Amino acid sequence: MRHREAGWAFVAPALVLIAVFFVVPVVASLLLSLTDFDIYAVASRVNLRLVGVENYRRLFEDALFWVALRNTALFVVVAGPLSIGLSLVAALLVSSRAVRLRALFRTMFFLPVVTTLVAVAVVWRYIYHPRFGLLNYALGALGVGPIDWLGDPRFAMPAIILMAVWKNFGFNMVIFVAGLQSIPERLYEAARVDGAGAGAQFRWVTLPMLAPTFVFVLVITMIGYFQLFAEPYVMTQGGPSHATLSLVMLMYLQGFRWWTMGYAAAIAFVLFAIILVLTLVTMRLRSRDAEAAA
Amino acid sequence: MLRERHRNEPSRHARTLRAAAVALGVSAAACRGPQGTATTVEFWALGREGEVVQELVPGFEVGHPGVRVHVQQIPWSAAHDKLLTAYVGRAMPDVMQLGNTWLPELVALGAIAPLDARLAASAAIRPDAYPEGVLEPNVVDGTTWGVPWYVDTRVLFYRSDLLRAAGHPDPPTTWSAWVQAMQDIRTHDPGGYAVLLPMDEWQTPVILALQRDAELLRDRDRFGNFESAPVHDAFAFYLDLFTRDLAPRAGAAQVANVYQDFASGYFALYVSGPWNLGEFAARLPASLAGAWATAPLPGPDAGHPGVSLAGGASLAVAAGSPHADAAWQWIEYLSEPAQQAAFYRLVGDLPARRAAWDAPELRDDPHLRAFAAQLTHVRSTPKVPEWERIASAIGEHVESAIRGRATLDASLAALDHEIDAILEKRRWMMDRQAEVAAR
Repeated sequence: MRHREAGWAFVAPALVLIAVFFVVPVVASLLLSLTDFDIYAVASRVNLRLVGVENYRRLFEDALFWVALRNTALFVVVAGPLSIGLSLVAALLVSSRAVRLRALFRTMFFLPVVTTLVAVAVVWRYIYHPRFGLLNYALGALGVGPIDWLGDPRFAMPAIILMAVWKNFGFNMVIFVAGLQSIPERLYEAARVDGAGAGAQFRWVTLPMLAPTFVFVLVITMIGYFQLFAEPYVMTQGGPSHATLSLVMLMYLQGFRWWTMGYAAAIAFVLFAIILVLTLVTMRLRSRDAEAAA
Repeated sequence: MLRERHRNEPSRHARTLRAAAVALGVSAAACRGPQGTATTVEFWALGREGEVVQELVPGFEVGHPGVRVHVQQIPWSAAHDKLLTAYVGRAMPDVMQLGNTWLPELVALGAIAPLDARLAASAAIRPDAYPEGVLEPNVVDGTTWGVPWYVDTRVLFYRSDLLRAAGHPDPPTTWSAWVQAMQDIRTHDPGGYAVLLPMDEWQTPVILALQRDAELLRDRDRFGNFESAPVHDAFAFYLDLFTRDLAPRAGAAQVANVYQDFASGYFALYVSGPWNLGEFAARLPASLAGAWATAPLPGPDAGHPGVSLAGGASLAVAAGSPHADAAWQWIEYLSEPAQQAAFYRLVGDLPARRAAWDAPELRDDPHLRAFAAQLTHVRSTPKVPEWERIASAIGEHVESAIRGRATLDASLAALDHEIDAILEKRRWMMDRQAEVAAR
């Protein structure tokens, strides 16, 4: 009995913090999503109505919601694998004994992750400048005409993807490096004894041993990328023609520009549901793989 | 949070000034109020205006011992959101610059103070000092909430050389003459277009509808009214400019460089505001300096003047500001004709006040004559808190009609449907108020 009490005493501070800073706000915003909280309700609480699932019903009729969902899905599906692939390649390179100055490269690749996004955005706006930008200058040398990266609805999302991948791949790279270091050297030795070349070692030793790391990276990246906000907010404000409007960007506009907080809270919960389902599916796939292997 | 610090203690700037005053042997008490405490007025100004208005502060402080003004500059893109957030967070400044279409929202919140009593008692600001249409956006439900600071109405910018070459020495004053001129420009130079109208902008079609005396919202602003005949006709006229290829089908973001395209003659007419006067002067090649001009907007027929939007910025006092009297003195100072003209020299914003237009640099600038004339014919958009959302819906539905995704009738019906949904809360509140009043 005394053990249990001591246990509760030890976890109590953490539980209190979680309750105050997580459970209460989440429940409050769930309740908020069932009301029509707006600018009139800010003025006086008597203007607040309980509307049930009306916000959710309207959301599914809202053309902008589907545009934002499509943009967000596009970003996750394209930028996610690109980012993870680049992270893996970078991790293999900075872990390889053939490469010199590995610590330096590791630091440099990680630098964008810890740099403030606003500072990064200023630099990238110069890179994407239609007339004076570095990117168009380079493309011009290859004979490609100038592209208005952030102003043209066709190119704005690719521009955001490129910048986001560059900014974020360093984080996953560090995790992959850690994963690579935990693979015992003897497995490679055994593979070499069996006559496996570099490619076969990668396919049959590195990849399977990295599987748990992969799941972690996949889940973290997916959760992070579904919440795309800062990049379009700083670079394009969701434009041009909603080409870079993400779900969180839409939520921000509804909540803080139009002050329709109830509706914005509903968007938040739909996004939460999407992320939850996809995360569970990913984890499930992993555990099924593990069972199959066992 | 930063602002709170400034409110609780004198700003660093003021402290430095005071230290300097003491060092110079000037009695510090002489430049303060009777109790020896300086009142600091917190002023939020937006964008470039926020940078430049600092230069008007010393002149005010000399004439108002005991009052200090601390200017906080806020970028336009964040200003609207920040004001609402500041209200909710009880961190409002004492006095602020506002887009005049935001007033109804802040009035609904109870965030700003009514100014009628102050206006009635003021010797410096009289309501008749402003063109009627310029003051009008500041009046919501019969009460005045803001003082116009500068005006942003839209007029016609045109290439006078191209228009003359197409056989029109004078700018058009009616819709039919306008279309004729545009067709002649197209015939004269089939390579370009006649007019640039970014198709995702709501302003031009709304202006055309207001020119037809359209009521954009009906039944005490409770429902959308875009299917009504005047709006329908104006929007049909607007759409026709794209169908006839007089205007390129391009959004604001797709026109990479308005100035380059205007200089090359890709289009000859452009509906825009005073912010482009400085840009045109700076960015067009010197050879074109005499080849562009401005004109008031054409009207639907000879009997109707071509009205434009009464855009602009206003100054308002926060409700419950502890320094409301000092804040009002600052507004009075900024509204003096001399300061309005000085502000024009600093940043190029057109004065709201009629008397300021007598300053030589305003009176003698040929590009400004069109604005002076246009300001006597301006209208405001419906003064409901939901207007910004409605405007963005108009832009979207107009664009889908221009792109041919829906017919005009279907677009307008969808627009009315959407506006009715946006105004649902407003109707519910009005109904409830009526019920309470009946009881």
